[in-house]
Amino acid sequence: MNMISDPREHLVVVGNGMAGMRTVEELFKLPGGKRFRITVFGAEPHVNYNRIMLSSVLAGDKSVDEIVINSREWYAENEITLITGDAVKKIDRDSRTVISAAGVEVRYDKILIATGSRPLAPPIPGLGLPGTCAFRDIADVDKMLAAAKTHKRAVVIGGGLLGLEAAWGLKQRGMSVALVHLMPTLMERQLDAAAGQLLQRDLDRRGIAFFTDGQTEEITGTERAEGVQLADGRFIPADLVVLAIGIRPNIDLAKAADLEVNRGVVVADDMRTSDPNIFSVGECVEHRGAVFGLVAPIWDQAKVCAARLAGDESALFTSRALSTSLKITGVDVFSAGALMAEGESDDEITLRDDNRGLYKKIVVRDGKLVGAVLYGDVADGHWYLGLIRDKTDISEIRDKLVFGRAFAESLPPGKTGPDVASMPDDAQICGCNGVSKSSIVCAIKDKGLASLSQVRSHTKASASCGQCTNLVEAILADTLGGAVEKKAPSICECTEAGHDAVRQGIVAQGLKTMGAVRAAFGWKKPEGCHKCRPALNYYLMCAWPGEYSDDSRSRFINERAHANIQKDGTYSVVPRMWGGVTTPSELHAIASVAEKFNIPTVKVTGGQRIDLLGVKKEDLPAVWGDLSKAGLVSGHAYAKGLRTVKTCVGSEWCRFGTQDSTGLGIKLEKMCWGSWTPHKVKFAVSGCPRNCAEATIKDLGVVCVEAGYDILVGGNGGIDVRVTDPLVRVATEEDVLEYAGAFMQLYREEAHYLERTAPWIARVGIAYVKQRLVDDAQGRRALNARFLYSQKFSQDDPWAARAGGLDSQEFTKLPELADA
Amino acid sequence: MRDAPAHINLSWKKIGPLSNIPVRGARRLCFGLGGKPIAVFRTGEDKFFALVDECPHKKGPLSEGIVSGNSITCPLHNWVIGLDTGVAAEPDEGRTQTVPIKLENGELYIGLEVERAA
Repeated sequence: MNMISDPREHLVVVGNGMAGMRTVEELFKLPGGKRFRITVFGAEPHVNYNRIMLSSVLAGDKSVDEIVINSREWYAENEITLITGDAVKKIDRDSRTVISAAGVEVRYDKILIATGSRPLAPPIPGLGLPGTCAFRDIADVDKMLAAAKTHKRAVVIGGGLLGLEAAWGLKQRGMSVALVHLMPTLMERQLDAAAGQLLQRDLDRRGIAFFTDGQTEEITGTERAEGVQLADGRFIPADLVVLAIGIRPNIDLAKAADLEVNRGVVVADDMRTSDPNIFSVGECVEHRGAVFGLVAPIWDQAKVCAARLAGDESALFTSRALSTSLKITGVDVFSAGALMAEGESDDEITLRDDNRGLYKKIVVRDGKLVGAVLYGDVADGHWYLGLIRDKTDISEIRDKLVFGRAFAESLPPGKTGPDVASMPDDAQICGCNGVSKSSIVCAIKDKGLASLSQVRSHTKASASCGQCTNLVEAILADTLGGAVEKKAPSICECTEAGHDAVRQGIVAQGLKTMGAVRAAFGWKKPEGCHKCRPALNYYLMCAWPGEYSDDSRSRFINERAHANIQKDGTYSVVPRMWGGVTTPSELHAIASVAEKFNIPTVKVTGGQRIDLLGVKKEDLPAVWGDLSKAGLVSGHAYAKGLRTVKTCVGSEWCRFGTQDSTGLGIKLEKMCWGSWTPHKVKFAVSGCPRNCAEATIKDLGVVCVEAGYDILVGGNGGIDVRVTDPLVRVATEEDVLEYAGAFMQLYREEAHYLERTAPWIARVGIAYVKQRLVDDAQGRRALNARFLYSQKFSQDDPWAARAGGLDSQEFTKLPELADA
Repeated sequence: MRDAPAHINLSWKKIGPLSNIPVRGARRLCFGLGGKPIAVFRTGEDKFFALVDECPHKKGPLSEGIVSGNSITCPLHNWVIGLDTGVAAEPDEGRTQTVPIKLENGELYIGLEVERAA
């Protein structure tokens, strides 16, 4: 496989991770960058991905595809030989050869060791049992996701960055999570005790159980992990145990090759190891006694290493002050430099607001800032970091410093935020994607970008974890030469207005057409776009039932064609089966239709109905016509509206049933069908707490008990499993119907378009929903009344109308008439 | 509209009045171009365009998308394609083939390339 005839020097990169490939990317940017032909060995079977974002994959915020940095096409385009799933086992420095586990041998001129780190794994008995894993790579995440599907209880060992992100991700996946931490407070390397306690309090409220001061003695279990035994006698049952207590540099290969190693592979300022032909970067490296786990200094190393490889003998790596932050949605933590006073000349200044959950501490030494810990409001983090890095004399603003930049610098309102103008061009803005200030500024100028979302899509800056969003916004404002006002995210790029403002404006100003809304809010495009038009169409329909007429041209194809488009361009048809109950004559009709129109697949759905898949678009009206004759109506399986009401057989048949769950399900479906909602809505009714209808993962679930009915809301199956929050227990079916109508209307009136009930409730809080629906009985009845009123205009079967000829052009092709 | 090379003639096929196509909508034709489907689009300002009915991304049926201004948004992955040029809006890159179309006496005609007889 060696291309002997290639005259270029051969660079072998050992490790296909972020550090190694970043160095290669930096190399390509340099004039001397093409002097090498490059071979890359990766132990993992994947292409190069963003390891920092694994916690977002675990939490379900990103897919694995979304965290890929370079695709196989990129390697091919750059003529890089990529060998994945095969680790390098040996470097023979005498013959200048590397040998892989699979026996691949290649000669090298230069080597870059970027083997990264390994999870710390102390000799805890039981580690290695099925159901235990680390949190380091995609394989670990796969193990955790598989466990979250089949098991309930997780224990994470380690209360640092990685452990907390693992715990939060598993919690998001529906597991009950306990976290064991050796120290008394969380993240003690990055946070002081006060901030660590605030963090613990907030995560405790989000349902993570903490076992601090916990020394793990053993992971119990024989076939698989069953629990974690602590030294002080505490025992925590577990189906999954994740060990995330830290990392150590992976130095085995370098050590075996007799390179100088200590904690890590020892490198000088030029990123060379003790062999001048062998370089090293990343988490495997030790530089001047320090090892590295954060991304910013590793990007710096990559730059220096690339420059040296390209022949620039002046590039030097220096460590700079670092900051850390945590990727847990809604928890804002920042720290940089010293966490506390270290001597008599150091002063700590703290500000604490328990009510708002804010905490700030700065550490001052000899008139200079040397440390900052922020909790709750981290907007000034980068400003503090800059003061620390630049060793700015802060004696004049010392008294004001802790109150933040706006106060300390007496800036006028609107001029707060990070000082990006004074940042150097090569300042790293987005750590996740390694984007510098200058590349953002260039993209804004060259491509005429004007919004945050444009900058994100062009440069990837702030597109991953989002922590640097305020910096990117500030650079945008600075580059465009005007203050870009910070507002709630807008509906789309046509407008600055957010969903809530538009919804309120529609009602308050009596706006009744899309044109009126666009005029009132200063839309940039007169006809809007594919994002805002379906949203406005829905908002207007919700606000003005019976007055506003639906604009079919502003609907996604599924809602316009009243069927689900499939990947081959055919459609699927799902008739409604009330509460999952059907009759022989309905089944006859479905069977006849399937035969008559040669429908290739007939499938029972998860929502207790029958799906006819592979219907040609032009056949849809005729298919619907035949179904209508048998009394079948649209199941709205394509709609942002009520889909199914799943039921169990309940007290009519089941020996455990406490109430008539089937009958109640049918009543709910008859009441709510045909309604349009911000996103799809699924109900279920279970006849007893055994919950065979899976009511606890539905938008609205009812679990019947002897004493009445438990109403649960905000559940969600799918990728992001979310269990419902209990809303209320009521005594009668009439109560259930009233609550269901009121819940539907509250969701219809207040959620953002395309926001399901689970994220909506996560955003506004179940306490708010309870206040509107449970505490305020009059408000609940009013909501229900508005729902029932709007239903008067929505309960027409769209299939019967189209079988009768409505919108016929939607379902036929334009004919060829004649040659001219 | 692309200029046809010299050895190519356009044969104009009548496809009926503009009113057959919904405002801010599209319809697919019952004949194609070299095996690829063709769709005719009508904007809110009654401008009309014809394109090969395939998104440059994953061949999504553009005629099923949402027409806004002079653009169509593909229903599969929301690529935005210019109706006049067939070019995908940034940051996506790609192009859908445009097809000649004209309006005469209230009737639309599609121009199909035919090899000139030798």
